[in-house]
Amino acid sequence: MAAERAKADSQTETWNDPDAVPYIRIENVTKKFGDFVAVNNVSLDVYRGELFALLGGSGCGKTTLLRMLAGFEQPTTGKIYIDGVDMADIPPYERPTNMMFQSYALFPHMTVEQNVSFGLKQDRVPADEIKKRVGDILDMVQMRNFAHRKPHQLSGGQRQRVALARSLVKEPKLLLLDEPLGALDKKLREATQFEIMNIQDRLGITFMVVTHDQEEAMTLATRIGVMNHGQIVQVGTPKEIYEYPNTKFVADFIGSVNLFEGYIQEDEADHVLIASEEAGCPIYIDHGISAAPGAEVFVAIRPEKLELSKTSTGTGHNCTPGTVKGVAYMGNLSVYLVQLDSGKEVKISMSNQRRAAEHAIDWDDRVYVTWHANSPVALLS
Amino acid sequence: MSNRLSWFIILMLVVGFIFLYGPMVSVVIYSFNDNKLATLWGGFSTRWYPALLANDQMLRAAKHSLIIGVVSATFATTFGTIAGYVLARYRKFRGRTLFSGMVTAPLVMPEVITGLSLLLLFVAMKDLFGWPNRGLMTVILAHITFTLSYVTIVMQSRFTTLDISLEEAALDLGARPLKVFMVITLPIVAPAIISGWLLSFTISLDDLVITSYTNGPGSTTLPQVIFSAVRLGVNPSINALATIIIAVVAFGVVTSHILMTRAERRRQRDIQMALQSNK
Repeated sequence: MAAERAKADSQTETWNDPDAVPYIRIENVTKKFGDFVAVNNVSLDVYRGELFALLGGSGCGKTTLLRMLAGFEQPTTGKIYIDGVDMADIPPYERPTNMMFQSYALFPHMTVEQNVSFGLKQDRVPADEIKKRVGDILDMVQMRNFAHRKPHQLSGGQRQRVALARSLVKEPKLLLLDEPLGALDKKLREATQFEIMNIQDRLGITFMVVTHDQEEAMTLATRIGVMNHGQIVQVGTPKEIYEYPNTKFVADFIGSVNLFEGYIQEDEADHVLIASEEAGCPIYIDHGISAAPGAEVFVAIRPEKLELSKTSTGTGHNCTPGTVKGVAYMGNLSVYLVQLDSGKEVKISMSNQRRAAEHAIDWDDRVYVTWHANSPVALLS
Repeated sequence: MSNRLSWFIILMLVVGFIFLYGPMVSVVIYSFNDNKLATLWGGFSTRWYPALLANDQMLRAAKHSLIIGVVSATFATTFGTIAGYVLARYRKFRGRTLFSGMVTAPLVMPEVITGLSLLLLFVAMKDLFGWPNRGLMTVILAHITFTLSYVTIVMQSRFTTLDISLEEAALDLGARPLKVFMVITLPIVAPAIISGWLLSFTISLDDLVITSYTNGPGSTTLPQVIFSAVRLGVNPSINALATIIIAVVAFGVVTSHILMTRAERRRQRDIQMALQSNK
């Protein structure tokens, strides 16, 4: 399923198509609350049928941005267009958007059925059609049997499904989801993630998801926008964001990473050589980054891209000695904590293809940490 | 610590209850006093109850009090709900502090002052426009003025704790602001509105000072009648009246308590069921 999806995405990378017209266009939007700048000069294009995730820590402005799309907040400066229409003077009840709230915001005095049909009633949809559409959507989220319950008679997961149904039943062109899976336990979360992806595939709705959970963003999104201090620091597919973060912040925020400080010795078209005291050996990267020699850089290497061995590769770079300070066995993989001879501690994760007991590397062993020349990412900021 | 109540705690409990309810019990007992002198026991009798019903003055006063209570509570609840909504939701507008201060001022203003100022206002208005004549209308206006503050406080705190995303969700689903208020906000805060109404009704029913200032002849209220009767010496029929009022209030409080605990128990059971049905 995930593979199918990846394939579909690669065929329809609308964001790389220069002729594509963005469905949502956010232009230099700034939102201030008093002196506090919640969203700082954000520009972003999202295309039809995308599942775009805004990812960031709390207070980074992602929810404010979402609320501006829904119409609950007005930008202090800048413009928002949805489907080519300037949203400046359009109130929430006339926007082609529906939102699923973090608190679910189910109306406590109405039954599940009344909650879900509320939006259709506002549009004066005929009663028999309302009945049919509400029934269908409740079937889809498997809540038909609970149609006559009130929200307080439901568990967290059930409420979440009702909230999803309520925001979907009007078939909005743009669905906004604020931390949609925050309150769910891990299993239910995964099931719902696939459910959301299914719905998105089936209905072709454009989704905008706000989340602080990088795993959730990675699983769900076609593209991710990473936010920090009210600004979007990087926009890209999950793979781009993970493999080629453009700043230290993104590298650190998405997944775990080992960072080495260093400076550039050689920068040619086909390789870069970076001297790093922290790493304890020169770092060789097999592509150029076009930076001035002597410039300070941070080199990011993911734990799973590091390898451990008891013998040196002997190449003089990308291989540094250290001592194993800890081993965490996690079932499918083991995480090693190695203190390099420079004093720097690095994390290395290796998948447990063989039984753990057969692993040769243990506490206090002397080891060499090595990596492939295309694994490190050099970051200038 | 032992679970058994020590004699000291039991003693304090008994003393406390006597302190709270002793006077009321004595009123109830003396309402069945056969003696004309309300303070001297003269044997059991229920004759003061029929006498009460035959007392036209008393009945008329009760009717006035009820009319004033219902009308002023209704208006105070309407305006107080609106004021509370504005104060809770519109955090910034010109003159918000002044508005909030003025709405709640009657709470801290001595009743004597409020009554006097209203009297002066009504007299001046009568001179200028020939309206209003002192009577039911002026008392109702006065009662709205000061019960409004209580409703505003109750409603403001209710609206403050109301999750704003409920209203946003309704807007988002296509309902216009007025409709959102009528269909979502009002039904959810209905219990607070009812208790606000009951609160202002009770306060209006039992007010004497402001009523005395603003009332005219021919619309005497129950507290006024009782107060003037007591000045002439306590009549046992007043005890009978007090007993009826105590009975009505006790009935109301007990039934609403029973209804509320029953609803709460059902809610708890539903929550339990919901948790068990979905693992």
